[in-house]
Amino acid sequence: MTGFSTLLYKEVLRFWKVSFQTVGAPVLTAVLYLMIFSHVLEEHVEVFAGVSYTSFLVPGLIMMSVLQNAFANSSSSLIQSKITGNLVFVLLPPISYREFYAAYVLASVLRGLFVGLGVGVAALPFVELSPPAPLWILVFALTGGAMLGSLGVVAGIWAEKFDQLAGFQNFLIMPLTMLSGVFYSIRSLPEFWQAISHFNPFFYMIDGFRYGFFGQSDVSPWASLGVVVVCLALVAGLTLNMLSRGYKLRG
Amino acid sequence: MTVPAIEVRGACKRYGDLRALDGVDLDVEGGEFFGLLGPNGAGKTTLISALAGLVRADAGSLKVMGHDVVSDYRNARRQLGVVPQELVFDPFFTVREALRIQSGYFGIRRNDDWIDEILGHLDLTAKADTNMRSLSGGMKRRVLVAQALVHRPPVIVLDEPTAGVDVELRQGLWQFVRRLNRDGHTVILTTHYLEEAETLCTRIAMLKSGRVVALDTTENLLARFATHTLRVRLASPLAADLGAVRQERGWLEFALERYDEVEGMLRRLREAGGEIVEMQLGEPDLETVFVGVMRA
Repeated sequence: MTGFSTLLYKEVLRFWKVSFQTVGAPVLTAVLYLMIFSHVLEEHVEVFAGVSYTSFLVPGLIMMSVLQNAFANSSSSLIQSKITGNLVFVLLPPISYREFYAAYVLASVLRGLFVGLGVGVAALPFVELSPPAPLWILVFALTGGAMLGSLGVVAGIWAEKFDQLAGFQNFLIMPLTMLSGVFYSIRSLPEFWQAISHFNPFFYMIDGFRYGFFGQSDVSPWASLGVVVVCLALVAGLTLNMLSRGYKLRG
Repeated sequence: MTVPAIEVRGACKRYGDLRALDGVDLDVEGGEFFGLLGPNGAGKTTLISALAGLVRADAGSLKVMGHDVVSDYRNARRQLGVVPQELVFDPFFTVREALRIQSGYFGIRRNDDWIDEILGHLDLTAKADTNMRSLSGGMKRRVLVAQALVHRPPVIVLDEPTAGVDVELRQGLWQFVRRLNRDGHTVILTTHYLEEAETLCTRIAMLKSGRVVALDTTENLLARFATHTLRVRLASPLAADLGAVRQERGWLEFALERYDEVEGMLRRLREAGGEIVEMQLGEPDLETVFVGVMRA
Protein backbone atom coordinates (compact mmCIF):
# COMPACT_ATOMS: atom_id res chain seq x y z
CA MET A 1 0.00 0.00 0.00
CA THR A 2 2.88 2.40 0.71
CA GLY A 3 3.97 2.14 -2.93
CA PHE A 4 0.50 3.11 -4.13
CA SER A 5 0.02 5.93 -1.61
CA THR A 6 3.46 7.35 -2.36
CA LEU A 7 2.78 7.35 -6.10
CA LEU A 8 -0.57 9.03 -5.45
CA TYR A 9 1.13 11.60 -3.20
CA LYS A 10 3.80 12.24 -5.83
CA GLU A 11 1.21 12.70 -8.57
CA VAL A 12 -0.83 15.13 -6.46
CA LEU A 13 2.31 17.01 -5.38
CA ARG A 14 3.33 17.24 -9.03
CA PHE A 15 0.24 19.19 -10.10
CA TRP A 16 -0.02 21.03 -6.81
CA LYS A 17 3.48 22.48 -7.15
CA VAL A 18 2.41 24.08 -10.43
CA SER A 19 -1.20 24.74 -9.39
CA PHE A 20 -1.13 28.14 -11.00
CA GLN A 21 -1.10 26.36 -14.37
CA THR A 22 -2.89 23.16 -13.46
CA VAL A 23 -5.75 24.57 -11.36
CA GLY A 24 -5.69 28.35 -11.71
CA ALA A 25 -5.56 28.52 -15.51
CA PRO A 26 -8.48 26.15 -16.19
CA VAL A 27 -10.60 27.97 -13.60
CA LEU A 28 -9.92 31.24 -15.39
CA THR A 29 -10.81 29.68 -18.76
CA ALA A 30 -14.13 28.42 -17.40
CA VAL A 31 -14.93 31.81 -15.88
CA LEU A 32 -14.25 33.49 -19.24
CA TYR A 33 -16.65 31.06 -20.94
CA LEU A 34 -19.18 31.81 -18.23
CA MET A 35 -18.93 35.58 -18.59
CA ILE A 36 -19.06 35.60 -22.38
CA PHE A 37 -21.76 33.00 -22.97
CA SER A 38 -23.99 34.23 -20.18
CA HIS A 39 -23.66 37.81 -21.45
CA VAL A 40 -24.60 36.80 -24.98
CA LEU A 41 -27.28 34.22 -24.26
CA GLU A 42 -28.83 35.04 -20.88
CA GLU A 43 -31.73 37.02 -22.42
CA HIS A 44 -32.37 34.61 -25.29
CA VAL A 45 -32.25 31.07 -23.99
CA GLU A 46 -34.20 29.25 -21.32
CA VAL A 47 -33.34 25.58 -21.29
CA PHE A 48 -35.14 24.25 -18.24
CA ALA A 49 -38.33 25.88 -16.91
CA GLY A 50 -37.47 28.39 -14.20
CA VAL A 51 -33.70 28.04 -14.68
CA SER A 52 -31.72 30.97 -16.10
CA TYR A 53 -29.19 30.27 -18.86
CA THR A 54 -26.27 31.22 -16.62
CA SER A 55 -27.45 28.83 -13.91
CA PHE A 56 -27.85 26.13 -16.55
CA LEU A 57 -24.38 26.79 -17.91
CA VAL A 58 -22.45 26.67 -14.63
CA PRO A 59 -22.78 22.92 -13.85
CA GLY A 60 -21.84 22.09 -17.45
CA LEU A 61 -18.72 24.24 -17.21
CA ILE A 62 -17.78 22.70 -13.87
CA MET A 63 -18.13 19.17 -15.25
CA MET A 64 -16.30 20.05 -18.46
CA SER A 65 -13.42 21.36 -16.35
CA VAL A 66 -13.44 18.22 -14.19
CA LEU A 67 -13.27 15.99 -17.26
CA GLN A 68 -10.69 17.93 -19.24
CA ASN A 69 -8.36 18.34 -16.28
CA ALA A 70 -8.65 14.72 -15.20
CA PHE A 71 -7.54 13.78 -18.70
CA ALA A 72 -4.82 16.40 -18.79
CA ASN A 73 -3.34 15.28 -15.48
CA SER A 74 -2.57 11.63 -16.13
CA SER A 75 -1.76 12.12 -19.82
CA SER A 76 0.66 15.01 -19.34
CA SER A 77 2.32 13.45 -16.30
CA LEU A 78 2.94 10.20 -18.15
CA ILE A 79 4.19 11.71 -21.38
CA GLN A 80 6.53 14.06 -19.53
CA SER A 81 7.91 11.18 -17.49
CA LYS A 82 8.30 9.07 -20.61
CA ILE A 83 10.04 11.75 -22.62
CA THR A 84 12.35 12.89 -19.83
CA GLY A 85 12.96 9.26 -18.87
CA ASN A 86 12.14 9.62 -15.20
CA LEU A 87 9.29 7.10 -15.48
CA VAL A 88 12.03 4.59 -14.70
CA PHE A 89 11.78 5.64 -11.03
CA VAL A 90 8.22 4.29 -10.98
CA LEU A 91 8.97 1.22 -13.10
CA LEU A 92 11.92 -0.05 -11.03
CA PRO A 93 10.13 -0.38 -7.66
CA PRO A 94 7.79 -3.25 -6.73
CA ILE A 95 4.61 -1.36 -7.67
CA SER A 96 1.96 -3.52 -9.34
CA TYR A 97 0.21 -2.35 -12.49
CA ARG A 98 -3.06 -2.10 -10.56
CA GLU A 99 -1.45 0.22 -8.00
CA PHE A 100 0.08 2.21 -10.84
CA TYR A 101 -3.34 2.55 -12.48
CA ALA A 102 -5.16 3.45 -9.25
CA ALA A 103 -2.61 6.11 -8.28
CA TYR A 104 -2.60 7.87 -11.66
CA VAL A 105 -6.39 7.78 -12.02
CA LEU A 106 -7.08 8.90 -8.45
CA ALA A 107 -4.65 11.81 -8.75
CA SER A 108 -6.40 12.80 -11.98
CA VAL A 109 -9.80 12.68 -10.29
CA LEU A 110 -8.44 14.88 -7.47
CA ARG A 111 -7.09 17.43 -9.94
CA GLY A 112 -10.48 17.40 -11.71
CA LEU A 113 -12.30 17.92 -8.41
CA PHE A 114 -9.98 20.78 -7.40
CA VAL A 115 -10.56 22.56 -10.69
CA GLY A 116 -14.31 21.83 -10.59
CA LEU A 117 -14.53 23.21 -7.08
CA GLY A 118 -12.55 26.27 -8.17
CA VAL A 119 -14.94 26.89 -11.08
CA GLY A 120 -17.92 26.45 -8.75
CA VAL A 121 -16.55 28.95 -6.25
CA ALA A 122 -15.65 31.41 -9.01
CA ALA A 123 -19.19 31.14 -10.38
CA LEU A 124 -20.81 32.05 -7.05
CA PRO A 125 -20.93 35.82 -7.80
CA PHE A 126 -22.88 35.03 -10.98
CA VAL A 127 -25.37 32.41 -9.81
CA GLU A 128 -26.92 30.94 -6.72
CA LEU A 129 -26.08 27.25 -6.33
CA SER A 130 -28.30 25.20 -4.05
CA PRO A 131 -28.29 21.75 -5.57
CA PRO A 132 -31.22 19.51 -4.61
CA ALA A 133 -29.35 16.24 -5.24
CA PRO A 134 -25.66 16.74 -4.31
CA LEU A 135 -24.96 13.01 -4.22
CA TRP A 136 -25.52 12.78 -7.98
CA ILE A 137 -23.05 15.61 -8.45
CA LEU A 138 -20.41 13.70 -6.55
CA VAL A 139 -21.17 10.37 -8.24
CA PHE A 140 -20.85 11.82 -11.75
CA ALA A 141 -17.79 13.90 -10.90
CA LEU A 142 -16.06 10.78 -9.56
CA THR A 143 -17.06 8.34 -12.32
CA GLY A 144 -16.59 10.88 -15.12
CA GLY A 145 -13.26 12.05 -13.69
CA ALA A 146 -12.11 8.43 -13.33
CA MET A 147 -13.03 7.65 -16.93
CA LEU A 148 -11.13 10.65 -18.26
CA GLY A 149 -8.19 10.02 -15.91
CA SER A 150 -8.10 6.50 -17.30
CA LEU A 151 -8.28 7.72 -20.90
CA GLY A 152 -5.41 10.05 -19.99
CA VAL A 153 -3.35 7.03 -18.92
CA VAL A 154 -4.10 5.36 -22.26
CA ALA A 155 -3.19 8.50 -24.21
CA GLY A 156 -0.08 9.17 -22.13
CA ILE A 157 1.20 5.63 -22.67
CA TRP A 158 0.26 5.45 -26.34
CA ALA A 159 1.64 8.85 -27.38
CA GLU A 160 5.35 9.03 -28.08
CA LYS A 161 5.49 12.74 -28.77
CA PHE A 162 3.74 15.76 -27.36
CA ASP A 163 1.96 16.47 -30.66
CA GLN A 164 0.43 12.98 -30.68
CA LEU A 165 -0.97 13.67 -27.24
CA ALA A 166 -2.20 17.09 -28.37
CA GLY A 167 -3.94 15.36 -31.29
CA PHE A 168 -5.72 12.99 -28.91
CA GLN A 169 -6.76 15.95 -26.78
CA ASN A 170 -7.78 18.34 -29.58
CA PHE A 171 -9.47 15.91 -31.94
CA LEU A 172 -11.15 13.54 -29.49
CA ILE A 173 -11.51 14.91 -25.98
CA MET A 174 -12.26 18.55 -26.88
CA PRO A 175 -14.99 17.90 -29.50
CA LEU A 176 -16.65 15.26 -27.36
CA THR A 177 -16.79 17.58 -24.34
CA MET A 178 -17.80 20.69 -26.29
CA LEU A 179 -20.59 18.77 -28.11
CA SER A 180 -21.88 17.10 -24.97
CA GLY A 181 -24.47 19.71 -24.06
CA VAL A 182 -22.34 21.92 -21.84
CA PHE A 183 -23.60 25.07 -23.54
CA TYR A 184 -27.05 23.89 -24.62
CA SER A 185 -29.66 21.23 -24.00
CA ILE A 186 -29.59 18.62 -26.71
CA ARG A 187 -33.40 19.00 -26.90
CA SER A 188 -32.78 22.26 -28.72
CA LEU A 189 -30.92 20.37 -31.47
CA PRO A 190 -32.43 19.01 -34.71
CA GLU A 191 -33.51 15.40 -34.33
CA PHE A 192 -30.52 14.03 -36.24
CA TRP A 193 -28.01 15.73 -33.98
CA GLN A 194 -30.00 14.74 -30.91
CA ALA A 195 -29.69 11.12 -31.98
CA ILE A 196 -25.96 11.55 -32.61
CA SER A 197 -25.49 13.16 -29.19
CA HIS A 198 -26.88 10.04 -27.54
CA PHE A 199 -23.81 8.17 -28.73
CA ASN A 200 -21.53 10.61 -26.93
CA PRO A 201 -20.71 9.27 -23.46
CA PHE A 202 -19.72 12.78 -22.36
CA PHE A 203 -23.33 13.86 -22.85
CA TYR A 204 -24.45 11.46 -20.11
CA MET A 205 -21.75 12.69 -17.73
CA ILE A 206 -22.78 16.32 -18.18
CA ASP A 207 -26.49 15.55 -18.10
CA GLY A 208 -26.29 13.39 -14.98
CA PHE A 209 -24.03 15.91 -13.25
CA ARG A 210 -26.45 18.72 -14.07
CA TYR A 211 -29.37 16.67 -12.66
CA GLY A 212 -27.77 17.08 -9.25
CA PHE A 213 -28.05 20.87 -9.55
CA PHE A 214 -31.62 21.17 -10.83
CA GLY A 215 -33.38 17.86 -10.35
CA GLN A 216 -34.05 18.07 -14.11
CA SER A 217 -32.19 16.52 -17.01
CA ASP A 218 -32.57 15.36 -20.60
CA VAL A 219 -32.41 11.69 -19.64
CA SER A 220 -32.85 9.89 -16.30
CA PRO A 221 -29.71 10.13 -14.11
CA TRP A 222 -29.90 6.37 -13.58
CA ALA A 223 -29.69 5.77 -17.31
CA SER A 224 -26.78 8.23 -17.51
CA LEU A 225 -25.03 6.53 -14.63
CA GLY A 226 -25.48 3.19 -16.38
CA VAL A 227 -23.83 4.50 -19.55
CA VAL A 228 -20.98 6.17 -17.65
CA VAL A 229 -20.28 3.10 -15.53
CA VAL A 230 -20.20 0.82 -18.57
CA CYS A 231 -17.86 3.24 -20.40
CA LEU A 232 -15.64 3.54 -17.33
CA ALA A 233 -15.48 -0.24 -17.03
CA LEU A 234 -14.51 -0.57 -20.71
CA VAL A 235 -11.81 2.11 -20.54
CA ALA A 236 -10.50 0.78 -17.22
CA GLY A 237 -10.38 -2.74 -18.67
CA LEU A 238 -8.46 -1.50 -21.69
CA THR A 239 -6.04 0.52 -19.58
CA LEU A 240 -5.38 -2.31 -17.12
CA ASN A 241 -4.82 -4.67 -20.01
CA MET A 242 -2.26 -2.30 -21.55
CA LEU A 243 -0.51 -1.89 -18.22
CA SER A 244 -0.45 -5.61 -17.42
CA ARG A 245 1.20 -6.30 -20.79
CA GLY A 246 3.67 -3.50 -20.19
CA TYR A 247 2.58 -1.95 -23.51
CA LYS A 248 5.15 0.70 -24.48
CA LEU A 249 6.39 0.83 -20.89
CA ARG A 250 8.24 -2.44 -20.38
CA GLY A 251 9.58 -3.18 -23.92
CA MET B 1 23.96 -23.94 -0.79
CA THR B 2 23.74 -20.20 -1.17
CA VAL B 3 21.49 -18.57 -3.74
CA PRO B 4 23.37 -16.66 -6.43
CA ALA B 5 22.76 -12.90 -6.44
CA ILE B 6 21.94 -13.07 -10.12
CA GLU B 7 20.95 -16.15 -12.08
CA VAL B 8 20.30 -15.85 -15.80
CA ARG B 9 19.35 -18.89 -17.87
CA GLY B 10 18.88 -18.83 -21.63
CA ALA B 11 17.75 -15.21 -21.73
CA CYS B 12 16.65 -14.12 -25.20
CA LYS B 13 15.31 -10.81 -26.38
CA ARG B 14 14.68 -9.78 -29.97
CA TYR B 15 13.83 -6.41 -31.40
CA GLY B 16 12.66 -7.24 -34.89
CA ASP B 17 15.64 -8.89 -36.55
CA LEU B 18 18.08 -7.79 -33.90
CA ARG B 19 18.93 -10.33 -31.23
CA ALA B 20 19.71 -8.09 -28.28
CA LEU B 21 20.08 -11.15 -26.03
CA ASP B 22 20.79 -14.45 -27.70
CA GLY B 23 20.72 -17.13 -25.02
CA VAL B 24 22.59 -15.55 -22.12
CA ASP B 25 23.57 -17.75 -19.18
CA LEU B 26 25.17 -16.01 -16.25
CA ASP B 27 25.58 -16.42 -12.50
CA VAL B 28 26.82 -13.71 -10.19
CA GLU B 29 27.58 -14.83 -6.66
CA GLY B 30 26.71 -12.81 -3.59
CA GLY B 31 29.41 -10.27 -2.68
CA GLU B 32 31.06 -10.20 -6.09
CA PHE B 33 32.20 -7.05 -7.86
CA PHE B 34 31.18 -8.12 -11.32
CA GLY B 35 31.94 -6.41 -14.62
CA LEU B 36 29.73 -6.59 -17.67
CA LEU B 37 31.67 -5.44 -20.69
CA GLY B 38 31.02 -5.26 -24.39
CA PRO B 39 30.84 -2.82 -27.26
CA ASN B 40 27.79 -0.62 -27.82
CA GLY B 41 24.80 -2.74 -28.79
CA ALA B 42 26.25 -5.92 -27.26
CA GLY B 43 23.20 -6.32 -25.00
CA LYS B 44 24.54 -5.04 -21.67
CA THR B 45 21.74 -2.57 -21.06
CA THR B 46 19.11 -5.00 -22.34
CA LEU B 47 20.35 -7.60 -19.87
CA ILE B 48 20.24 -5.10 -17.01
CA SER B 49 16.80 -3.90 -18.10
CA ALA B 50 15.53 -7.46 -18.16
CA LEU B 51 16.86 -8.03 -14.64
CA ALA B 52 15.17 -4.83 -13.49
CA GLY B 53 11.85 -5.66 -15.16
CA LEU B 54 12.10 -2.72 -17.56
CA VAL B 55 12.19 -5.15 -20.46
CA ARG B 56 10.56 -8.55 -20.72
CA ALA B 57 12.75 -11.33 -22.02
CA ASP B 58 11.18 -13.39 -24.82
CA ALA B 59 12.59 -16.60 -23.41
CA GLY B 60 14.66 -17.85 -20.50
CA SER B 61 14.55 -16.97 -16.84
CA LEU B 62 16.20 -14.28 -14.75
CA LYS B 63 16.41 -14.31 -10.97
CA VAL B 64 17.63 -11.81 -8.41
CA MET B 65 18.56 -13.39 -5.07
CA GLY B 66 16.51 -16.41 -6.13
CA HIS B 67 13.38 -14.39 -7.00
CA ASP B 68 12.10 -14.63 -10.56
CA VAL B 69 11.91 -11.15 -12.11
CA VAL B 70 8.50 -11.88 -13.65
CA SER B 71 6.57 -14.26 -11.40
CA ASP B 72 8.03 -12.88 -8.14
CA TYR B 73 8.79 -9.36 -9.34
CA ARG B 74 8.03 -7.66 -6.04
CA ASN B 75 10.73 -9.53 -4.15
CA ALA B 76 13.12 -9.44 -7.10
CA ARG B 77 12.87 -5.65 -7.37
CA ARG B 78 13.30 -5.15 -3.63
CA GLN B 79 16.66 -6.90 -3.89
CA LEU B 80 17.88 -4.76 -6.76
CA GLY B 81 19.11 -1.18 -6.95
CA VAL B 82 19.67 0.14 -10.47
CA VAL B 83 21.59 3.26 -11.42
CA PRO B 84 20.35 3.97 -14.94
CA GLN B 85 22.68 4.99 -17.72
CA GLU B 86 20.78 8.12 -18.74
CA LEU B 87 20.92 11.16 -16.53
CA VAL B 88 17.22 11.25 -15.64
CA PHE B 89 15.55 13.28 -12.91
CA ASP B 90 12.15 14.58 -11.88
CA PRO B 91 12.24 18.38 -12.16
CA PHE B 92 9.34 18.88 -9.75
CA PHE B 93 11.19 17.81 -6.60
CA THR B 94 14.13 18.57 -4.36
CA VAL B 95 16.81 15.96 -3.71
CA ARG B 96 15.29 14.99 -0.36
CA GLU B 97 11.78 14.83 -1.78
CA ALA B 98 12.96 12.61 -4.62
CA LEU B 99 14.66 10.25 -2.15
CA ARG B 100 11.68 10.14 0.20
CA ILE B 101 9.35 9.41 -2.71
CA GLN B 102 11.68 6.69 -3.99
CA SER B 103 11.72 5.13 -0.50
CA GLY B 104 7.93 5.17 -0.45
CA TYR B 105 7.76 3.37 -3.79
CA PHE B 106 9.71 0.56 -2.13
CA GLY B 107 7.30 0.52 0.80
CA ILE B 108 9.53 2.38 3.25
CA ARG B 109 7.80 5.22 5.07
CA ARG B 110 10.31 6.84 7.43
CA ASN B 111 13.72 6.58 5.88
CA ASP B 112 15.36 9.89 6.76
CA ASP B 113 18.19 8.42 8.83
CA TRP B 114 19.34 6.26 5.94
CA ILE B 115 18.71 9.04 3.41
CA ASP B 116 20.92 11.37 5.46
CA GLU B 117 23.62 8.72 5.58
CA ILE B 118 23.56 8.21 1.81
CA LEU B 119 23.56 11.97 1.23
CA GLY B 120 26.60 12.25 3.48
CA HIS B 121 28.52 9.52 1.67
CA LEU B 122 27.77 11.04 -1.71
CA ASP B 123 28.62 14.59 -0.61
CA LEU B 124 25.07 15.72 -1.22
CA THR B 125 24.09 16.91 2.26
CA ALA B 126 24.38 20.58 1.29
CA LYS B 127 22.16 19.98 -1.73
CA ALA B 128 19.38 18.10 0.09
CA ASP B 129 16.85 20.89 -0.30
CA THR B 130 17.90 22.00 -3.77
CA ASN B 131 15.57 21.37 -6.66
CA MET B 132 16.78 18.63 -9.01
CA ARG B 133 16.66 21.07 -11.93
CA SER B 134 19.35 23.29 -10.40
CA LEU B 135 21.91 20.51 -9.89
CA SER B 136 24.95 20.04 -12.10
CA GLY B 137 25.26 16.87 -14.17
CA GLY B 138 27.67 15.29 -11.68
CA MET B 139 25.33 16.04 -8.79
CA LYS B 140 22.38 14.57 -10.67
CA ARG B 141 24.45 11.44 -11.24
CA ARG B 142 25.07 11.16 -7.50
CA VAL B 143 21.35 11.53 -6.78
CA LEU B 144 20.72 8.66 -9.21
CA VAL B 145 23.09 6.53 -7.14
CA ALA B 146 21.33 7.63 -3.96
CA GLN B 147 17.93 6.77 -5.45
CA ALA B 148 19.14 3.27 -6.26
CA LEU B 149 20.19 2.75 -2.64
CA VAL B 150 17.18 4.02 -0.65
CA HIS B 151 15.86 0.50 -0.07
CA ARG B 152 19.26 -0.95 0.88
CA PRO B 153 19.32 -3.46 -1.96
CA PRO B 154 21.77 -6.37 -1.62
CA VAL B 155 22.44 -6.22 -5.37
CA ILE B 156 23.46 -2.95 -7.01
CA VAL B 157 23.67 -2.47 -10.76
CA LEU B 158 25.54 0.49 -12.18
CA ASP B 159 25.00 1.01 -15.90
CA GLU B 160 27.91 3.12 -17.12
CA PRO B 161 27.87 5.36 -14.08
CA THR B 162 31.02 7.28 -14.96
CA ALA B 163 30.19 8.26 -18.54
CA GLY B 164 30.93 11.96 -18.77
CA VAL B 165 31.81 12.30 -15.10
CA ASP B 166 34.82 14.28 -13.91
CA VAL B 167 37.80 12.58 -12.29
CA GLU B 168 37.07 13.72 -8.75
CA LEU B 169 33.50 12.47 -8.78
CA ARG B 170 34.55 9.25 -10.46
CA GLN B 171 37.05 8.50 -7.73
CA GLY B 172 34.62 9.46 -4.98
CA LEU B 173 31.98 7.26 -6.54
CA TRP B 174 34.30 4.26 -6.77
CA GLN B 175 35.39 4.72 -3.20
CA PHE B 176 31.76 4.62 -2.12
CA VAL B 177 30.82 1.67 -4.33
CA ARG B 178 33.88 -0.27 -3.11
CA ARG B 179 32.75 0.36 0.43
CA LEU B 180 29.28 -0.95 -0.37
CA ASN B 181 30.91 -4.02 -1.86
CA ARG B 182 33.05 -4.51 1.25
CA ASP B 183 29.89 -4.24 3.36
CA GLY B 184 28.53 -7.25 1.47
CA HIS B 185 26.62 -5.73 -1.45
CA THR B 186 26.94 -7.45 -4.78
CA VAL B 187 27.94 -4.90 -7.41
CA ILE B 188 27.41 -5.30 -11.14
CA LEU B 189 29.06 -2.72 -13.31
CA THR B 190 28.97 -1.92 -16.98
CA THR B 191 31.52 0.53 -18.24
CA HIS B 192 33.45 1.55 -21.30
CA TYR B 193 36.47 2.44 -19.21
CA LEU B 194 38.30 -0.86 -19.23
CA GLU B 195 40.93 0.22 -16.75
CA GLU B 196 38.09 0.87 -14.30
CA ALA B 197 36.74 -2.62 -14.74
CA GLU B 198 40.25 -4.03 -14.42
CA THR B 199 40.94 -2.40 -11.08
CA LEU B 200 37.47 -2.85 -9.56
CA CYS B 201 35.97 -6.09 -10.81
CA THR B 202 36.88 -9.50 -9.49
CA ARG B 203 35.08 -11.28 -12.31
CA ILE B 204 34.12 -10.16 -15.78
CA ALA B 205 31.70 -11.21 -18.49
CA MET B 206 32.15 -9.94 -22.02
CA LEU B 207 29.11 -9.69 -24.24
CA LYS B 208 29.06 -9.56 -28.01
CA SER B 209 25.92 -9.55 -30.16
CA GLY B 210 23.78 -10.71 -27.26
CA ARG B 211 26.04 -13.59 -26.24
CA VAL B 212 28.52 -14.12 -23.43
CA VAL B 213 31.84 -14.57 -25.22
CA ALA B 214 34.13 -14.56 -22.20
CA LEU B 215 33.45 -15.15 -18.53
CA ASP B 216 36.19 -15.52 -15.95
CA THR B 217 37.98 -13.84 -13.09
CA THR B 218 39.76 -10.67 -14.13
CA GLU B 219 43.07 -12.33 -13.23
CA ASN B 220 42.46 -15.37 -15.42
CA LEU B 221 41.27 -13.26 -18.32
CA LEU B 222 44.43 -11.19 -18.15
CA ALA B 223 46.59 -14.28 -17.88
CA ARG B 224 44.79 -16.11 -20.66
CA PHE B 225 44.49 -13.47 -23.32
CA ALA B 226 46.92 -10.70 -22.61
CA THR B 227 50.66 -10.61 -22.98
CA HIS B 228 53.44 -8.48 -21.53
CA THR B 229 55.03 -6.19 -24.02
CA LEU B 230 58.59 -5.03 -24.28
CA ARG B 231 59.12 -1.93 -26.40
CA VAL B 232 62.58 -0.69 -27.24
CA ARG B 233 63.96 2.14 -29.36
CA LEU B 234 67.31 1.36 -30.89
CA ALA B 235 70.10 3.68 -31.95
CA SER B 236 70.17 2.07 -35.40
CA PRO B 237 67.95 -0.47 -37.21
CA LEU B 238 68.64 -4.17 -36.69
CA ALA B 239 69.66 -6.42 -39.53
CA ALA B 240 68.24 -9.57 -37.95
CA ASP B 241 64.56 -10.33 -37.38
CA LEU B 242 63.98 -11.06 -33.71
CA GLY B 243 60.22 -11.56 -34.07
CA ALA B 244 58.91 -8.10 -33.23
CA VAL B 245 55.12 -7.93 -33.32
CA ARG B 246 55.11 -4.28 -34.23
CA GLN B 247 57.60 -1.82 -35.63
CA GLU B 248 56.98 1.88 -35.86
CA ARG B 249 59.06 5.09 -35.74
CA GLY B 250 62.18 3.35 -34.54
CA TRP B 251 60.34 1.39 -31.83
CA LEU B 252 60.23 -2.40 -31.79
CA GLU B 253 57.58 -4.21 -29.81
CA PHE B 254 57.94 -7.77 -28.56
CA ALA B 255 55.20 -9.90 -27.01
CA LEU B 256 56.23 -11.88 -23.95
CA GLU B 257 54.35 -14.52 -22.00
CA ARG B 258 56.00 -13.79 -18.68
CA TYR B 259 58.36 -11.23 -17.14
CA ASP B 260 61.21 -13.73 -16.86
CA GLU B 261 61.47 -13.72 -20.65
CA VAL B 262 62.63 -10.08 -20.57
CA GLU B 263 66.19 -10.91 -19.76
CA GLY B 264 66.55 -13.39 -22.62
CA MET B 265 65.05 -10.91 -25.04
CA LEU B 266 67.44 -8.15 -24.02
CA ARG B 267 70.38 -10.54 -24.43
CA ARG B 268 69.28 -11.49 -27.94
CA LEU B 269 68.95 -7.80 -28.81
CA ARG B 270 72.48 -7.13 -27.57
CA GLU B 271 73.83 -10.12 -29.48
CA ALA B 272 72.19 -8.84 -32.66
CA GLY B 273 74.06 -5.57 -32.21
CA GLY B 274 71.14 -3.47 -31.05
CA GLU B 275 71.90 -0.49 -28.86
CA ILE B 276 68.90 0.40 -26.69
CA VAL B 277 68.17 4.12 -26.39
CA GLU B 278 64.77 3.88 -24.66
CA MET B 279 62.77 1.03 -23.19
CA GLN B 280 59.21 0.46 -21.99
CA LEU B 281 57.69 -2.56 -20.29
CA GLY B 282 53.90 -2.95 -20.63
CA GLU B 283 51.73 -5.00 -18.31
CA PRO B 284 48.88 -7.06 -19.69
CA ASP B 285 45.73 -4.95 -19.69
CA LEU B 286 42.05 -5.59 -20.13
CA GLU B 287 41.95 -3.57 -23.30
CA THR B 288 44.17 -6.11 -25.03
CA VAL B 289 41.95 -8.90 -23.71
CA PHE B 290 38.84 -7.04 -24.82
CA VAL B 291 40.12 -6.40 -28.33
CA GLY B 292 41.29 -10.01 -28.59
CA VAL B 293 37.98 -11.46 -27.42
CA MET B 294 35.90 -9.20 -29.62
CA ARG B 295 37.96 -10.05 -32.71
CA ALA B 296 37.74 -13.78 -32.11
